[in-house]
Amino acid sequence: MKILVPVKRVIDYNVKPRVKADGSGVDLANVKMSMNPFDEIAVEEAIRIKEAGKAEEIVAVSIGPAKAQETLRTALAMGADRAILVQTDDEVEPLAVAKILKAIYDAEQPGLVILGKQAIDDDSNQTGQMLAALTGRPQGTFANTVELDGESVTVKREIDGGLETVKLTLPAIVTTDLRLNEPRYASLPNIMKAKQKPLDTKSPADYDVDTAPRLKTTNVSEPPVRQAGVKVADVDELVAKIKALGIA
Amino acid sequence: MKTLVLVEHDNASVKDATLATVAAAAKLGEVHLLVAGSGCGAVAEAVAKIEGVEKVHVADDPAYEHQLAENVAPLAAELMKDHDAFLAPATTTGKNIAPRVAALLDVMQISDILSVEGEKTFTRPIYAGNAIATVESSDLKLVITVRGTAFDKASAEGGSGTVEAVSGSGDAGISSFVGQELAKSERPELTSAKVIVSGGRALKDAATFEEYIMPLADKLGAGVGASRAAVDAGYVPNDYQVGQTGKIVAPEVYFAIGISGAIQHLAGMKDSKTIIAINKDEDAPIFQVADIGLVADLFKAVPELTEKL
Ligand SMILES: Cc1cc2nc3c(=O)[nH]c(=O)nc-3n(C[C@H](O)[C@H](O)[C@H](O)COP(=O)(O)OP(=O)(O)OC[C@H]3O[C@@H](n4cnc5c(N)ncnc54)[C@H](O)[C@@H]3O)c2cc1C
Ligand SMILES: Nc1ncnc2c1ncn2[C@@H]1O[C@H](COP(=O)(O)O)[C@@H](O)[C@H]1O
Repeated sequence: MKILVPVKRVIDYNVKPRVKADGSGVDLANVKMSMNPFDEIAVEEAIRIKEAGKAEEIVAVSIGPAKAQETLRTALAMGADRAILVQTDDEVEPLAVAKILKAIYDAEQPGLVILGKQAIDDDSNQTGQMLAALTGRPQGTFANTVELDGESVTVKREIDGGLETVKLTLPAIVTTDLRLNEPRYASLPNIMKAKQKPLDTKSPADYDVDTAPRLKTTNVSEPPVRQAGVKVADVDELVAKIKALGIA
Repeated sequence: MKTLVLVEHDNASVKDATLATVAAAAKLGEVHLLVAGSGCGAVAEAVAKIEGVEKVHVADDPAYEHQLAENVAPLAAELMKDHDAFLAPATTTGKNIAPRVAALLDVMQISDILSVEGEKTFTRPIYAGNAIATVESSDLKLVITVRGTAFDKASAEGGSGTVEAVSGSGDAGISSFVGQELAKSERPELTSAKVIVSGGRALKDAATFEEYIMPLADKLGAGVGASRAAVDAGYVPNDYQVGQTGKIVAPEVYFAIGISGAIQHLAGMKDSKTIIAINKDEDAPIFQVADIGLVADLFKAVPELTEKL
């Protein structure tokens, strides 16, 4: 079985994003970029499945600028076998990403696609579900555990009230939640080895996908800032403030 | 415009998030609801009474019992032939189903809207709420998920929608429900609680979390939340997590106890009316958003607070 893992290059999660003064977006010049944290979890899960002897090959895919190569090299250094960069400098929305992934899915015929549940830049939480719709395959979103058995995959999902378990016929689409696993760091020798692993470069046109955006962002602004309040000296003062709020 | 709102329910009662979604839909036009479930007649009757609802489409079929996206999405997509906008609450149920509907309709979904600015214009948070984008859709139909804390809930009473049975294609045959482990709690649900007491990594372990956080929450009749660090370390179950990738809450009063205030946590609670932080580090980022801060060791301060309230 082959596993397809889409990975997105995003702002590093430790960086506080700055909104551009002209309202055109978030300033990404000279900002540290990394693999979307949920996608690291996706790569890790794929590697564990392969290590357990249940998959033969892991293909990482990224849609983005030339620099997304670095993200793919990280996936390769972690343990993916080969990579596909669908290169474009345009911002590609989840629907178009899903369409490109559908074309790659058709070509590669994976048994499993593991995506992150959400990209921490657009916070869309859509691509996996959309890919599942386009391929007509089942989806195990917000996965907490993933268990493969021959024809099917059992996914325990993190839901608002707790956990839910679903069983999906393969091929299936899975999206990762935070507690699925803890991703490994790539070792130096593996980083060196990753440089030799195959990385194909394509364009959205190769897959006949129109990436023209459907949503026009007319403005990006800062959220209302909260003013820091007061510090109280001790618990008694805190009690007085809480009583003044009328909740106790 | 004719809207179709996905009702979130467990075949017996309606989840609160539905009411905020109805309020958002009402800003766009006529409100129709979709109740997909099994033995869900009572739910359909109940939601017909929500203020402003004109019609309830009810699909009662064992295939819809657990609202599997593979089965519900085609049903919703079919009904969308007669509607202009599909709205779902931005809960784990809505987030699971709506994008599947969007892709079937070849529509780019607008996730987690905060406001309706026009027929096709909405605001939504990006970058963990560190920026708010105004987006305008060019699609013929709209698919939207709605942030519950951003809209006043529609009243559960006062409407008189008609109930109409619909049938869909049923079981897609590619997925099945195995089981669920729902956290049972007598405490108010996080997304609708007026007061929330949240604990972080500082609470050490499950027993300590229980010992220090729960009595305070009980005293205040509060819901209990947690940071990711506390959930990852197993102090509390996953559904307690507040944040960018957990629950978005906006109670009257939010207590952050032993929580540093990482942007991912702030994303989930910074719209709370009053934030109270207890942290032993006076430079903890949480104090930058807290209305009331106490620099103290929580193991001393929290029992004293609980005692004195
Ligand atoms: C992709 C991604 C998504 C994430 N999503 C979320 C999310 O949804 N929600 C979330 O919460 N986090 C999320 N995080 C994690 C986030 O970045 C932080 O790691 C996390 O919020 C830290 O939790 P904490 O504040 O409990 O722990 P810490 O940062 O370790 O803070 C503990 C605090 O307790 C204080 N303290 C220690 N001992 C005491 C004491 N005795 N008395 C008083 N104070 C004390 C310390 O001063 C410190 O400020 C996410 C991270 C990533 C990468
Ligand atoms: N440009 C992209 N390239 C590769 N994978 C992507 C891209 N955009 C989204 N994804 C995948 O889809 C997941 C969800 O993204 P989103 O729907 O944008 O929140 C991410 O975690 C990735 O796994």
